[in-house]
Amino acid sequence: MNTTYFKQKKSNQYLISVLVIITISAICFTISDLIGYRTVALLLLTSVSLLAIFFSVYPIFVAAILSALIWDYFFIPPHYTLHVDNPEDALMLIMYFVIALLNGVLTYKIRQYEKIEYQKEERQNTIKLYKALFDSISHELRTPLATIVGATDNLLSKTTPSLTEENKNNLINEISIASIRLNRLIDNLLNMQRLESGILKPKLDWSDMNEIIGNIQKRLKAELETHTVLIEMDKNFPLIKLDSWLIEQAIYNIVYNATVYTPKDSEIKIESILEKNILKIIICDNGTGFKPEEIANVFTKYSFSNKAKNGGIGLGLSISKGFIDAHNGNITVENQLNSGAKFTIIIPVELFVFNDYLDFSDLTIKKQIHDQQNKDTNN
Amino acid sequence: MTNKIKILIIDDEIQIRKLLEITLETNEFQTLSASTGKEGISMAVMHPPDLIILDLGLPDQDGQVILQKLREWYLGSIIILSVRNSEEEIIKALDNGANDYLTKPFRTGELLARIRSSLRQLSNTNSQQILEFGNLIIDLTTRIVKVKNEIIKLTATEYAILTLLAKNEGKVLTHRYILKAIWGPSYSEQSQYLRVFIGQLRKKIEENYNQPKLILTESGIGYRFAEKKTVE
Repeated sequence: MNTTYFKQKKSNQYLISVLVIITISAICFTISDLIGYRTVALLLLTSVSLLAIFFSVYPIFVAAILSALIWDYFFIPPHYTLHVDNPEDALMLIMYFVIALLNGVLTYKIRQYEKIEYQKEERQNTIKLYKALFDSISHELRTPLATIVGATDNLLSKTTPSLTEENKNNLINEISIASIRLNRLIDNLLNMQRLESGILKPKLDWSDMNEIIGNIQKRLKAELETHTVLIEMDKNFPLIKLDSWLIEQAIYNIVYNATVYTPKDSEIKIESILEKNILKIIICDNGTGFKPEEIANVFTKYSFSNKAKNGGIGLGLSISKGFIDAHNGNITVENQLNSGAKFTIIIPVELFVFNDYLDFSDLTIKKQIHDQQNKDTNN
Repeated sequence: MTNKIKILIIDDEIQIRKLLEITLETNEFQTLSASTGKEGISMAVMHPPDLIILDLGLPDQDGQVILQKLREWYLGSIIILSVRNSEEEIIKALDNGANDYLTKPFRTGELLARIRSSLRQLSNTNSQQILEFGNLIIDLTTRIVKVKNEIIKLTATEYAILTLLAKNEGKVLTHRYILKAIWGPSYSEQSQYLRVFIGQLRKKIEENYNQPKLILTESGIGYRFAEKKTVE
């Protein structure tokens, strides 16, 4: 459905309506000797009707009233007065007015109808999306559950005593993997819910980037065994004000994705830079990068729900974006020349100026720290 | 049989109770179970356990309230085991006197480690003068700290934080708790100072600053000093 009607700026519509009426009136005025003033009424009425096709109701009312007044003032004899002598002209003026206004009313009705149709269509699209989403979620929830139910059935079954010790272990291992997968999915769904409900407000506190990155490495220890991780960060990275949990989660999702979608033995680099009050985190890998048709929708939720690997439903990266947006930050993604994906996170942060804490400790500590710092810098 | 360590489980979910009973009993603990807060308290009164595992989402009363009630008289260890994983909830539980906090789903190995650690903390209100954690040695009498047999220089504050954490090995100490203990109550909200000092300390005592093995971070909550047993 064409929605340009709604999108046209209202102020523009008023301006164009007024200009059209004035222009048509001016043209008619110059040739009013050739055409009768009643023809002028028809021309003006046609203009109003044409405007009504494109514009919404109030600009049409304005055009109607303006054109009626102009017709009366400049064209109906006696000229240059609103006074009308001839009762026939008076009747025509009233009819002109009514028809012009009717144009507006009809336009309004059509617009309403269009709006309802539009909303209907929107709702149908949303329902379609939700259906796809529910299918995807229920699939992703049921797959690990099926693994758990199936594996435990096998383990508990008294009729299949031939299960070898190795197979038993394999089944138990599958149960464990399936449970972790379920838990990760539930975490993501809950996080998305928190983001969408608007409950999420970052709790800013002084955070240590070293800790954040260290935690991510610790949490992804198993996944990172097949990959190489490079951490680049100044050893004396100052404290910055962040919701460390949210930022950790945001980076975690990106790095986790990298471990899933890049081939074995790929390299993942996490670089943290501080440029004045801007925290910049760059996460890049040397995998195959995103396909050109995918890259625009990387942060759109559920956009990968059909192709996601390892029990994903395409939520992780949109959660990352949500958490970073909540910090008034920004995240972008691009493919690097000749190699994998590169995510750039930018967040404005408050810094903890390192020397601040000197006036906080007692004098002896102050001196010791100072000495220590001097020693550190001399080394 | 009677000298087994007794653990009371307060959880309304029968599956969790069963899982805990099996896990704990195979590990030579004796278990008691209660499915409501009220039942849990009366059980704790009748058969005082060595340790209590408490769920927060109980049907009759909030676990935090049960925790406060228990702490009015119960001196043993209490470990919270809950699906609630917000920082506020965890800090509140620790402030209310919980010894440790584990969120569901949990790894049983982790739970057993926390139980053992809590029980140890209880038994050694210790008078040990030399604390040893792998390469790190802290001599509390001489105030000398060594890493790989080399004396390292610590500021008074760094030393105070290190010993506070080390004496409570295995236990989570909240930021607020550490700030209060080291700098006094008026600094209890100034977590940036603590973070700076922890950073300094790590540079001095950790082998790899980015992958600390001694001073462990509990994101948004506080710090936990690794237990002797787990440090190689």
